Amino acid sequence: MTLPDELRNEEPSKLSVQGVSKRFRSRGHLVQALDNVSLEVGEGEFVCLVGPSGCGKTTLLNIIGGLEHADSGQVLADGQPITSPGRDRMMMFQESALFPWLDVRGNLLFGLKLKPGLRRKERLEIADFYLRLVGLERFRKAHVHELSGGMKQRVALARCLAPNPRVLLMDEPFAALDALTREQLYGDLQHIWQERKKTIIFVTHNVREAACLGDRVILFSPNPGRIREEFKVGLPRPRDINTVELARYSTSITAALKGHAVGEPREVAE
Amino acid sequence: MKRIVKASIFFIALVLIWEGIYAAHIWSPVLVPSPASVARYLIDAARDGTLASATLVTVRRLVTGYAFGIAIGLPLGLLTARFNLVRDTLGLAALGLQGLPSVCWVPLALLWFGETESAMFFVVVMGTVWSVIIATETGVRNIPPIFARAARTMGSRGLHTWLRVILPAALPAVVGGMKQGWAFAWRSLMAAEIYVTVMSGFGLGSLLHYGRELNAMDQVIGIMFVLLLIGLLADRVFFSPWERMLRHRWGTAAK
Ligand SMILES: Nc1ncnc2c1ncn2[C@@H]1O[C@H](COP(=O)(O)OP(=O)(O)OP(=O)(O)O)[C@@H](O)[C@H]1O
Ligand SMILES: [Mg+2]
Repeated sequence: MTLPDELRNEEPSKLSVQGVSKRFRSRGHLVQALDNVSLEVGEGEFVCLVGPSGCGKTTLLNIIGGLEHADSGQVLADGQPITSPGRDRMMMFQESALFPWLDVRGNLLFGLKLKPGLRRKERLEIADFYLRLVGLERFRKAHVHELSGGMKQRVALARCLAPNPRVLLMDEPFAALDALTREQLYGDLQHIWQERKKTIIFVTHNVREAACLGDRVILFSPNPGRIREEFKVGLPRPRDINTVELARYSTSITAALKGHAVGEPREVAE
Repeated sequence: MKRIVKASIFFIALVLIWEGIYAAHIWSPVLVPSPASVARYLIDAARDGTLASATLVTVRRLVTGYAFGIAIGLPLGLLTARFNLVRDTLGLAALGLQGLPSVCWVPLALLWFGETESAMFFVVVMGTVWSVIIATETGVRNIPPIFARAARTMGSRGLHTWLRVILPAALPAVVGGMKQGWAFAWRSLMAAEIYVTVMSGFGLGSLLHYGRELNAMDQVIGIMFVLLLIGLLADRVFFSPWERMLRHRWGTAAK
């Protein structure tokens, strides 16, 4: 495979979550993390999952990522059932999860070395390409602890993009950042999403963030974890989080969220 | 440079105080020899080769035993972290044996191996291996699980994950354990060398022992000096670079 081939966008995947349920046993009782959740995500769509803590968002992401298995139901990526992690679906977490024993570029190379068919020189060029994309090419030799929180998440994003996946699964990736850095990253992420054409599932607690980023915002409710409602956000891109139109969307989503979030945690009988 | 100057002033002052105490004749010169006589002993011992050969014997015992201890301690530590069965068996044993003062291995080693090199080797290995096992195990167990998860999504599996993720992630703890193992091994080897004379080689501990037998305080202090130097040198040559590397990359020192 040649370098231009490798850097060309992979076709984004179509994801189909079909009746997925997942229970956990924690401290002796069962928690229904996901209850018969179904969700269709189109090729190249940007979908945000919002919901109160414990409603199974991370669990759903892990199942799509192949890190966990559903008790029942299945997830299809382009029609193929997902059974294990794969390079076509990369995950990004709230903590950067960068490896401190590698420098910035080494972190990108980690995934690239595991991708067959690339020569050393190509790997280096690919890593540099993505570092440039997130604006950190000057920091390729920096160590992880020398980066700010925002820079770490940029590197983590570049590391996810480097193997050229079809899907990005992002679990509250900006939650630990300050507001200003976050706003910058909203811009960057939208830009990168349009340039690199990925299907993105993005989990957040921040309704405004969801409305700013998502084509669709999916509302979850806990105990048991279910999808309650979804909102299409029809605003043009790139979106600025501080506009009035966006505020209107986020207000109505917040109202819906509050309506669904009530109710004591319920246990599920075995 | 400044640090070296300060350190030199400090140590010169110490020697001067020592010389002062000696000159004041508070204690008999048999108990407190002059710095000059200790220096003379060291120079003589260096000239006739006893010092070099004893140092060589001691360092060789230490290094071979230590290397072997790490070579088996590291994989055993990984196995202990990986398999609960190993943790509940070998891990438990290691935890108990690590708490045992490593000097306690000396009588056992002498009974098993006699007054031989094998006994010395055994003592050093016992000093090293338990610390390394425990440190490796706790190091691996304390790795944030997110590292392994991130690695898995990038396609890392099995042995690759262990070598490229788990082991480097546990490195700060492992280096800490290696340092502790070194200290234990060093102490128990000295105890063994002072305790028994192995005919296959006189180590520094033997020289220390004969210094006492001969009431040669200059020899005792001189050898202690050499021991101290070896300890410092090991730290500088072997551990400092690791710790510097860890600080440089991780932003922290070894735990
Ligand atoms: N490995 C696990 N063992 C036991 N219970 C678990 C496990 N993982 C998740 N759970 C439980 O499943 C439920 C859903 O968890 P999940 O992490 O998916 O929620 P979430 O929506 O991501 O929450 P948050 O917004 O706080 O991240 C919670 O009640 C949680 O306690
Ligand atoms: Mg979560």
